[in-house]
Amino acid sequence: MSLYYLQKFLYVLNRDEVAQKRYREDLDGLLADFDLTEEEATALREGDIGLLYVLGVNGQILMHYAAFLGIEWFDYLDMMREGIKKHGPVRAGVYAMTGGGDSFTEEEKHR
Amino acid sequence: MSLVYAGVLSHAPGITGRAHLVENVAKRDEFYSHLDAQRQQIEESGAEALIVIAAEHFGNFFMNNMPAYCMGIGEVYEGPIEDPEWLKIQKTKIPGAPDLGIRLVREVMNTVDTAFAEEWKFDHGIMVPLNFLTPNYDMPVIPVNINCQGPPLTPLHRAWAFGEALRRACDAVPEKIAVVGTGGISHWPATPDSGKINEQWDRDFLDRLMRNDKQALLSYTDEETYRDAGQGGFEIRTFIAIAAAAKGAGDLQFYTAELPIFAVGCTVASFDLAA
Repeated sequence: MSLYYLQKFLYVLNRDEVAQKRYREDLDGLLADFDLTEEEATALREGDIGLLYVLGVNGQILMHYAAFLGIEWFDYLDMMREGIKKHGPVRAGVYAMTGGGDSFTEEEKHR
Repeated sequence: MSLVYAGVLSHAPGITGRAHLVENVAKRDEFYSHLDAQRQQIEESGAEALIVIAAEHFGNFFMNNMPAYCMGIGEVYEGPIEDPEWLKIQKTKIPGAPDLGIRLVREVMNTVDTAFAEEWKFDHGIMVPLNFLTPNYDMPVIPVNINCQGPPLTPLHRAWAFGEALRRACDAVPEKIAVVGTGGISHWPATPDSGKINEQWDRDFLDRLMRNDKQALLSYTDEETYRDAGQGGFEIRTFIAIAAAAKGAGDLQFYTAELPIFAVGCTVASFDLAA
């Protein structure tokens, strides 16, 4: 139900440098501004990309959040795959995994 | 006629952000050379302002108040919203064209109820194109967004109508204007499937686009597009709007599915400006 607010939290964080400062200095206070479940709040506290992906966060929002966290590109892709292994298929939205978890780039296969 | 250039190009963040990871360096550089040629074409057109029809990714618009269409009328914009080290584009300010933008919005509103905005933070959807087309950020930019992210999405025939309205608006002002549409064709960006490209679908879409075949371009359903071209395929709205604005045939200058590390079939094209 609160996927909307989970995504809104990340939308605000991704574009607002004041929110980014609060994220680093007062995360609990920032989280309290949004109507989140405990599962969602925990995922945000832990930067759990895999769970956030499975919960249905739009991939574009999640990708920008991962960049904000300094996560390397191929690690980001792996975190989503691991999230599906651990929590099951994406539960909402249009960013479901359709490729069975395989890599589609030679660069990732060769790393 | 004040529209002096119309074209399309890809905008995926990997185009700049993952350039250093590319194994097929020759193909990457060929793509970059075509983007630079597009820059030269725009400069040689004498354009005084650049309209970028983008499909932004929650840089400004969210489901609390999502416009189907929005046009920028700000004096100055900033971007990218993303981490500059991730996108490999430094944060900067980009000049707007508020007076021109307001005149364009007024004309567009005769047929399409566009929203407008004086504030706009550019994400990769606009910053990657500008990085190649106006690398010194010295040309006034009018950002335009078509919502391709938060369903329900505007129907394709309305994207066409928006393109027609934008053309009428450009032709009603004395300034020379270039317009580019930026989007992906088939792609599954920001998912574990990043790099997946349906080249056959892309080439069929580009054939329809280059022929500027309105009926064929508007025949896709979102269900078909999602199945065959992924959620990234919804961004064809930006290309369709450009076809409607240009009215003429397209010239596909570059397409490749051989750079999947960029997560999209990389595309550069221009259009004839028919009356």
